[in-house]
Amino acid sequence: MTAITLSGVKKRYLKNPVVHGVDVTIESGEFVVILGPSGCGKSTLLRMIAGLEDITEGTIAIGDTVVNKLEPRERGCAMVFQNYALYPHMSVAQNIGYALKVAGMPRAQRDAKVMSVAKSVGLDPYLTRKPGELSGGQRQRVAMARAMVREPKVFLFDEPFSNLDAKLRVAMRAEVRNLHRSLGVTSVFVTHDQTEAMTLADRLIIMNQGIVEQVGKPSEVYHRPASLFVADFIGSPAMNLIKGQFDAIGNFLHGRGGMLHLPGAASIAAGRDVTLGVRPEAVRRVEAGTRGAIAAVVDYIEELGAARLVYADTDGNRIVLVDERTDALGTGMPIHFTLGENDLHLFDNADGKRIEMRADHRVPSLLNA
Amino acid sequence: MIERSPLFDFITYATMILGMFLVLVPFWITIVAGSQNLQEVSQVPLNLWPSGHLVENIQTAWTRSDLGPKMINSLIVAVGVTTGKIILAALSAFAIVFFNFRARMICFWLIFITLMLPLEVRIVPTYSIAANALLPFQTILDVFGITGLIETLSGVRIGLEWNLLNSYTGLILPLVATATGTFLYRQFFMTIPDELVEASKMDGSGPIRFFLDVLLPLSRTNMLALATIMFVSSWNQYLWPLLITTDRKNFGTVVMQLKALIPAQNGTPDWNVTMAGALIIMLPPLLVVALMQRWFVRGLISRDK
Repeated sequence: MTAITLSGVKKRYLKNPVVHGVDVTIESGEFVVILGPSGCGKSTLLRMIAGLEDITEGTIAIGDTVVNKLEPRERGCAMVFQNYALYPHMSVAQNIGYALKVAGMPRAQRDAKVMSVAKSVGLDPYLTRKPGELSGGQRQRVAMARAMVREPKVFLFDEPFSNLDAKLRVAMRAEVRNLHRSLGVTSVFVTHDQTEAMTLADRLIIMNQGIVEQVGKPSEVYHRPASLFVADFIGSPAMNLIKGQFDAIGNFLHGRGGMLHLPGAASIAAGRDVTLGVRPEAVRRVEAGTRGAIAAVVDYIEELGAARLVYADTDGNRIVLVDERTDALGTGMPIHFTLGENDLHLFDNADGKRIEMRADHRVPSLLNA
Repeated sequence: MIERSPLFDFITYATMILGMFLVLVPFWITIVAGSQNLQEVSQVPLNLWPSGHLVENIQTAWTRSDLGPKMINSLIVAVGVTTGKIILAALSAFAIVFFNFRARMICFWLIFITLMLPLEVRIVPTYSIAANALLPFQTILDVFGITGLIETLSGVRIGLEWNLLNSYTGLILPLVATATGTFLYRQFFMTIPDELVEASKMDGSGPIRFFLDVLLPLSRTNMLALATIMFVSSWNQYLWPLLITTDRKNFGTVVMQLKALIPAQNGTPDWNVTMAGALIIMLPPLLVVALMQRWFVRGLISRDK
């Protein structure tokens, strides 16, 4: 099987650095998703693995072979492109079989292979059609079949679903997942869609401005974001991030005179400018007078059906919470909430990195001073 | 801009009809004169209604200027020039668009500049090259003293000569380079999405396979449009064949023969035969345009995706 090892990989266009040095190992048979906003260098990284871009610095190894100097065809990768990139003048069968034809496989063998792959993705009724006569989803399937037919060591996906509608996207997601389960081929998938990333990935690589912010399992990335960027980027609605300072005895001072008591943090964060993060679903609405309750005033409400998002103001800071109650609530009304003890994240404002709060630093409940 | 007023409609129709009239009248006169006998064609003013002698006039013109073999010559030259132009244009545009080499833009501009240098402008140097196609190499050898060196060493004097006068090669080769074609192909190649190039790279095809398997089939309409223009223009070439062929009997083209059909100063003014000859000679390009016009328009205007 085939692992992919990136060490110190950098990319510069002329003098412009695009990828700043990536060190990641993608295990054999793993499904890794590279996630990041547009322009973060994720596609460039994928294209460097594929051999479509030169590597300015560092090495990429597929299996035991360093592939820096190899042509794309010698790397054993197959790629699915964003705009499908099907040959418009060839039929579906010719599109799927083109790589085999180039490789010089005899016709009969080729046809049999194309047929079996086409069957496996449900394309067999369309083999004689041209790409122009297919729907978006079918074209996507052709693109996938074209990648599968070569039995590659590595699958590369470059935002393959971004041209599909939402429903089809969910269906194709499941198909890719099944495909990976049945073939077990090492796969790298680039996307800017976090739902896609979270549902597909064995592991996520989160990139921002050419830097890898975090590598980890989807749940890890969600529950223990390594940086402010990841905390803000992952999750919808986004994590509540409140800037402030800690004083010597562990009071978190924020906004217009807001204060949270977090004694455990005193020793690690005292005097530093930090950001406190808490996910909207971890903010619990409580009755007034509950121990540790913090007061806020409702700004507006977004109804989601199953729950509602309440945007509220607490001492000049915006806080969003997922509220499952159905009582009448409107702009300007007071609410109270508590913060879950294990759901707080601390980040250093200077470098954006997570400040780890060890278990013994966590306090059983937060007191609103 | 789409105007929908009756006045505008009237003006556009009037202009179009006038244009059509201007184009068709000379054509009509050719047909009419070609179908009359000597008396009828000599009348002043010319009777603008066809008469019944078309077939015999055509026969006279055909035999008098030996159009049979000349037609074949013309066909060889026109087809040769057209194919040569298409191949050269496609290959040079391929190099300019898909390969990243240092002199790329210089090459493109050099080709582009030749648009400003039609055959008529460079007729003298082109003729001297055709008289001896190896002349540039001989000059290089002479200038650098290599000829003299070899002569003193071996006693053999190098004299390179490759005469293209009175040959199909000479008729075809100097007309093959085409900036228009290269430009047309370049514009088309630039519309090919990068992902298609990359997909074929991933599929393992090299540049030549990509060219043959992907670019050529995709540029079919383009190619046919180009072929139409090029066929007509090379069929109509007059100056170059006239210059390069002294052996008219074997290498003359039909357009040159048309000159032979024009009545001499004191000869019989049989313009009817001349017109009949002109009709025969303009037939092949007319047929090509008529057959290809669907592709021609598609290739120049829209791109079928």
